[in-house]
Amino acid sequence: MIIVKNLKKGFGEVEVLKDISATFHPGKTSLIIGQSGSGKTVFLKSLIGLHTPEEGIISFDGRINTKFSEKEKQQWRQEIGMVFQGSALFDSQTVEDNVMFPLKMFTNQSHAEMLARVNFVLNRVNLENSNKKLPAELSGGMQKRVAIARAIVMNPKYLFCDEPNSGLDPQTAIVIDKLIQEITDEYKITTVINTHDMNSVMEIGEKIVFLKDGKKAWEGSSEEIFKTDNEAVVDFVYSSNLFKKVREAYLSGKK
Amino acid sequence: MNYLEHIGKYFIMLRRVFRRPQRSKVFYEALLKEIEDLGLKSLGIIMFISFFIGGVIALQTALNLDSPFIPDSLIGFAAKRSIILEFAPTFCSIILAGKVGSYITSSIGTMRVTEQIDALEVMGINSLNHLVLPKILATIFFYPFLISLGMFLGIFGGWVSGVLSGLFSGADYIEGIQTDFNSFLLIYAIIKTLIFAFLIATVPSYHGYYVKGGSIAVGKASTQAVVWTTILIVISNYFLTQMLLT
Repeated sequence: MIIVKNLKKGFGEVEVLKDISATFHPGKTSLIIGQSGSGKTVFLKSLIGLHTPEEGIISFDGRINTKFSEKEKQQWRQEIGMVFQGSALFDSQTVEDNVMFPLKMFTNQSHAEMLARVNFVLNRVNLENSNKKLPAELSGGMQKRVAIARAIVMNPKYLFCDEPNSGLDPQTAIVIDKLIQEITDEYKITTVINTHDMNSVMEIGEKIVFLKDGKKAWEGSSEEIFKTDNEAVVDFVYSSNLFKKVREAYLSGKK
Repeated sequence: MNYLEHIGKYFIMLRRVFRRPQRSKVFYEALLKEIEDLGLKSLGIIMFISFFIGGVIALQTALNLDSPFIPDSLIGFAAKRSIILEFAPTFCSIILAGKVGSYITSSIGTMRVTEQIDALEVMGINSLNHLVLPKILATIFFYPFLISLGMFLGIFGGWVSGVLSGLFSGADYIEGIQTDFNSFLLIYAIIKTLIFAFLIATVPSYHGYYVKGGSIAVGKASTQAVVWTTILIVISNYFLTQMLLT
């Protein structure tokens, strides 16, 4: 379980995160949503330790990440899987080498053992026969799947995804969403996803935290988000005509 | 950001670079790849330029020494001194700063803007150590060989130009090369090369690692890296010459 308490982060004079508190449970897919510039990415990068918060506590199963020794930090890092917005695959390495990289760095497995694990996770993300391809030879959706494979190859306890659907067509986006949810259920991972894709909210959002101007403006489930009267959430969710019509239909009692 | 901040940040970067590699096997693989990318792939340009510049140095010296009281062997002597003292270590390093420096900045800079460096950090890898240390060691180990080859080919190019043009004889040129041979000059050239190699690996790495923005920022950082590496090579060349030869 990840518990965030009173998190504050700024850059120079600009205060980006203003006193955010939230809890993310294991085996559940939690979504951070909000408009561009609302502080989602800074929040996620603070969770994974790429930004150091100015104030507040982030606790991973009772361990506070700002108080880690170098060794503890190293151990904690290996419990984290991260899928970046642009996949962040090492472009000079093949798919196989990308996925094998964390194993090479942090385990003493033989090459055969590592290869078996790589093939297992690549099969898990439905990417067979792509081992020797370079990232540039793959489509956006396939790159995302390789990034997910690399993120889960070390059996992480926590999985973070920054806009996993950005740049993907709606069908591929659903495939990626479902894959993340299946993996979360299967391995009981604590998954936190940054997104502004309302389809993801409907498909996989078990818990949703809505950020606005660096503050937590709302928290609830994907069912509750369509019923809430919170103005900021209503403005965000129903900025799309499709969702506006769904809401109108819901309020007028139609199916 | 002012210059002092950049200098401070550069040394803080070096402190993170010089750590024990997390996995020696991965490190040696990276080192071999860097020797190929930064060293072996520069062999062609260094060989080509050294040969022709050596030829030009000998021809220019011959054309400007038209007094009958000056022996032709002086052409070989002057070409040897120019090539060993300045052309091979300094001029070749400036060429490498352009070729290798821009490659280092753009490759690390692209990794930065595409979040590949963040991916390394999230995995718990010291990205500076992982990316920069193999580059430093590759240039420091390989460039003395590269520059020595440049010296040899430069001097050989001078001999070929003399023989082909008929401006001086090969025997006079060889006699000049052998005259007053001082092995310290070679040591001086290698010391300079080692320092220039360090600058060629670290200054462009600094510019690439701390780049902010997108592809245009990476392009600008590459240009800045080449300019600053060249400036630092020229300045350190001056001070090294004063320290070691005066």
